[in-house]
Amino acid sequence: MSYFVDVQGVTHVYGGGDGTPAVADLTVRVKQGEFAAIVGPSGCGKSTMMKLATGLQFPKDGSVIVDGAQVAAPLKITGMAFQNPVMLPWRTVLDNLLLPLEIVEPHRSRFRRHKHEYMARAENLLRSVGLAGMGEKYPWQLSGGMQQRASLCRSLIHEPKLLMLDEPFGALDSFTREELWCVVRDLHAERGFTVILVTHDLREAAFLADRIFCMSSRPGRIIAERVVDLPRPRDLDVTYTHVFADIVQDLRHQIKAARVAA
Amino acid sequence: MTRNASLRLAPYLFTVGFFILWEIACRVLKISNFVLPPPSAVWGAMVQFHMPLLKNAMHTLWMTTAGFGLSVVFGVVLGLIVGSSRFLYAGLNPLLVGFNSIPKVAVVPILVIWFGVGWLPPVLTAFVISFFPIVVNMATGLATIEPETEDVMKALGASRLDIMTKVGIPRSLPYLFGALKVSITLAYVGSVIGEQNASNLGIGNLITRASADFNVPLIFAALIVLAILGVFLVVIVDLIEARTTKWARRSQMSNA
Repeated sequence: MSYFVDVQGVTHVYGGGDGTPAVADLTVRVKQGEFAAIVGPSGCGKSTMMKLATGLQFPKDGSVIVDGAQVAAPLKITGMAFQNPVMLPWRTVLDNLLLPLEIVEPHRSRFRRHKHEYMARAENLLRSVGLAGMGEKYPWQLSGGMQQRASLCRSLIHEPKLLMLDEPFGALDSFTREELWCVVRDLHAERGFTVILVTHDLREAAFLADRIFCMSSRPGRIIAERVVDLPRPRDLDVTYTHVFADIVQDLRHQIKAARVAA
Repeated sequence: MTRNASLRLAPYLFTVGFFILWEIACRVLKISNFVLPPPSAVWGAMVQFHMPLLKNAMHTLWMTTAGFGLSVVFGVVLGLIVGSSRFLYAGLNPLLVGFNSIPKVAVVPILVIWFGVGWLPPVLTAFVISFFPIVVNMATGLATIEPETEDVMKALGASRLDIMTKVGIPRSLPYLFGALKVSITLAYVGSVIGEQNASNLGIGNLITRASADFNVPLIFAALIVLAILGVFLVVIVDLIEARTTKWARRSQMSNA
């Protein structure tokens, strides 16, 4: 069985010196089209894992293989969204969405000639996350939840095969957060890309993911892996069932046990 | 009167009020024209010497704009270079600060030795005195790009040039305009110093000659002409700023 993302025995030290590693002997394997979640206490190297898998950082030890090839440069087949929506305030929402297309080939060289086609694509995407007609606004005219939706759209505009989400809902109120869970769930179901979601919210991980990795605190490594076999499509109501509560509780115990052992 | 209207009138009220107070103070305290001429006497001098004032003001405006233009081009380019590399930033920072600490009046004699008396010393003085804020602000704008934004761009395979043109330069524009307003007034200081020491033309030269004649009202008239020119150029920068960096003034827009 080959994996779409195959992080094997990776150790990474920032700055390349002999300091404390951010992650040590980290192994994470995700199949094509799978929704993976990585949970763990803050500062456990979750974001480092993201940077390694997208080619923003390179490991000191171990190998990182994505889509069948060793990662040696930033990967253009990935889209990223962070807790901070990082929209550029001088661009309208629509122009923010188009930004990746101005950079990534082959869109870059076709961008001027096919601008209308791309704008239609962006508007479609906005509609699918409930932001129809908001393209002409500036990001700072939108609420936090709306900005985060727009940021999701930007990470998907170039149709990446791998979506990396780094605590994208961390700064939102719980109602908006649950709405956005559903947005991500639907986008994943519709487009079938592979997702790696980094979060510290166990309910979020259990609701969205097919497979959950628990990380220990620094240096981060995987201390537990668990498959969530709740049937899809999942409704928000599933989060109030016993099965769901058991999964979340089990995750919590595993993380707690690992913290005690550490 | 609504709050908006009073806000709009405030600059005029305060300016007129300032001159009225000045006039009253001179008359009540019986200050001699020779020490502090009242605005009426300054106005008299402005009318009497309007031709030389106008001619020299145009010259000074020209010197200042030329020096300022040079410092914008040079400052933006150097700021981009310094801001895009931490190595260059670390290396050039002490040099720039050191250079900026030199009083520019002291540089004028050197310029005279190099270029003689004429239009070059005022232009160059205006230039050397005014480029520093532009370099620093441009570099700061570039050096403070959010790491997440950089990650998003890099993960897409953006080159350094892409990041600079798509993110760095647009986001440093508000910093740049702040710097331009400081620089333009500095450029006036520079060109006037240059004219006083090494030119036969310009408001600076006019002030030197008027002070040799003890024509105090004319000196004040020249100073007021300079102030007007300064406000004029800052207003132009303001207008350009309002058009290009509307996004940076969101709080005011949301109030409107």
